[in-house]
Amino acid sequence: MLTGFRRLYGSHPLHLLTLIAGFALFGYVLVTIGPQALWNPRTWWQSIIVWFAAAIIAHDLVLFPIYALVDRMLLLSWRIPVPIRVLNYVRVPAMASALTLVVFLPGIIEQGALTYWFATGQTQDPFLGRWLLLTAALFATSAVVYAIRLAPARRARPSS
Amino acid sequence: MDDNTKRRSPRWRSPLRGLWLTSTLGSVLLVTLPVVILTGLLSYIAYGPQFGQAIPGNVGWLKLPTFDWPTDPSWLYRLNQGLHVGLGLILIPIVLAKLWSVIPRLFTFPPARSIAQVLERVSLLMLVGGILFEIITGVLNIQYDYIFGFSFYTAHYYGAWVFIAGFVIHLVIKIPRMWTGLKSMSMREVLRTRRADTRQEQYDADGLVAAEPGPVTISRRGALALVGGGALFMAAITAGQTLGGWTRHTALLLPRGRSRGNGPNDFQVNRTAFAAGISPELTGDRWRLTLTGGPAPVVLDLAMLRAMSQHTAHLPIACVEGWSTTETWTGVPLGDLARLAGVPDPASAFVRSVERFGAFNRATLQANQVTHPDALLALRVNDAELSPDHGFPARIIVPALPGVHNTKWVGSIDFRTR
Repeated sequence: MLTGFRRLYGSHPLHLLTLIAGFALFGYVLVTIGPQALWNPRTWWQSIIVWFAAAIIAHDLVLFPIYALVDRMLLLSWRIPVPIRVLNYVRVPAMASALTLVVFLPGIIEQGALTYWFATGQTQDPFLGRWLLLTAALFATSAVVYAIRLAPARRARPSS
Repeated sequence: MDDNTKRRSPRWRSPLRGLWLTSTLGSVLLVTLPVVILTGLLSYIAYGPQFGQAIPGNVGWLKLPTFDWPTDPSWLYRLNQGLHVGLGLILIPIVLAKLWSVIPRLFTFPPARSIAQVLERVSLLMLVGGILFEIITGVLNIQYDYIFGFSFYTAHYYGAWVFIAGFVIHLVIKIPRMWTGLKSMSMREVLRTRRADTRQEQYDADGLVAAEPGPVTISRRGALALVGGGALFMAAITAGQTLGGWTRHTALLLPRGRSRGNGPNDFQVNRTAFAAGISPELTGDRWRLTLTGGPAPVVLDLAMLRAMSQHTAHLPIACVEGWSTTETWTGVPLGDLARLAGVPDPASAFVRSVERFGAFNRATLQANQVTHPDALLALRVNDAELSPDHGFPARIIVPALPGVHNTKWVGSIDFRTR
């Protein structure tokens, strides 16, 4: 009986029951929030459902391909014959810099300046400079660590 | 196994992907995400749904049971929101790493081979869409960027429930796989293995292990350190907005990481007097405080309030956005005002600001929030008169109350017996 169900459905009955319960809860969320809140007929892109879908697309089909491509390009450096490979000394500060750029983008590009000023009484002026300094500090730290690691490697091969 | 090998595309190159890595990252989120969920749902209760002032209203069964939000400890809401926003930010690198670890599954072809897989894939839209939507709306909100146009509260609250549905489905279905994955390699062994000795995962029933792996550019322990380091880095540059003091400056890129000066009123402002349309004639000599609810309204001017017995309390203001700041407030206890109004034992109090427009120009306080000895109509802060931005001539300050319910520029208080 259980094998028959498995053959037809592709998994255990509990799998199906869990999913139905979850979808029913999702349905209740949709009914409770109501269609007016989900869709903005005047400015379509300022709709909750559009942002929900866009969040998935932005990560899976934009952000991921971009960072994977950049990493593939950086990976070309792997074959360069150097005493210590530079790849991770670029990757780590680049990841930290990119993470802060994406998360704190509104302040860095001064988006929402008016609501920001109303809320805080301040401007977003410092953030671009701070992000650039943070990026500089991250790469400089990486360079110092790389130089320290490189020193013994160079001593070991004075001819190079 | 053969089947999976066929399905795997050669374009996935990382030698680190596999069930163990995914399970390890997943187990961290399994423990931490419920904290973010719970603190979010608690914040809704802290806003007072029993008075219809939690946003969004009318959420049906989609909330925790309503209870009177406590006033002790005074840092309760500060802790709640510090955890909700702080942990939410800290988990961003871990969520991104978890998504990276399973992304080959997104592009498998054919996408599903049974009804079970079709349904499970649809449920993943709730899980992945839910977490990304919550991160994006939350991150925009704490930076006052309302480009999305819809109500943040509505979107973030219902978005959370979509995520909860997806998360619970995922847990029920995947926890056994996670256990298998965690047991498939020894963490101690992983932590001992250098890059040169790092091999692909042996066990692969899920098609995550690359068919044609590229070079090992980082050890598995190195990758874990990178993700954990990313989380610590986020903590280091955001926690200061909640902790305050000298650490505030470490919140480099956040609105509430900035100093405003050293004066008694130079702490974080939420909504300036200008933004609220507060003019000197509203708060000047003609300003009066009206207390209602008793036999007859009681009208007080600022001099009369100053002549009343004053109480001083060291209390935090904690915003839903996660930032907080603790100051020393002096003013008239709300309980004294209730007695003066002729309602010594109020069930609630409705506070109204002289601010004409704005969603938070009013708030209803619970009985415990009125009668707590430290619950004040503050006239002074840090031994100075309140500045216009901080609510001159008088503002509410109540222990553990969400920041925006500490109404500024108070004009009237209605003490209610129901």
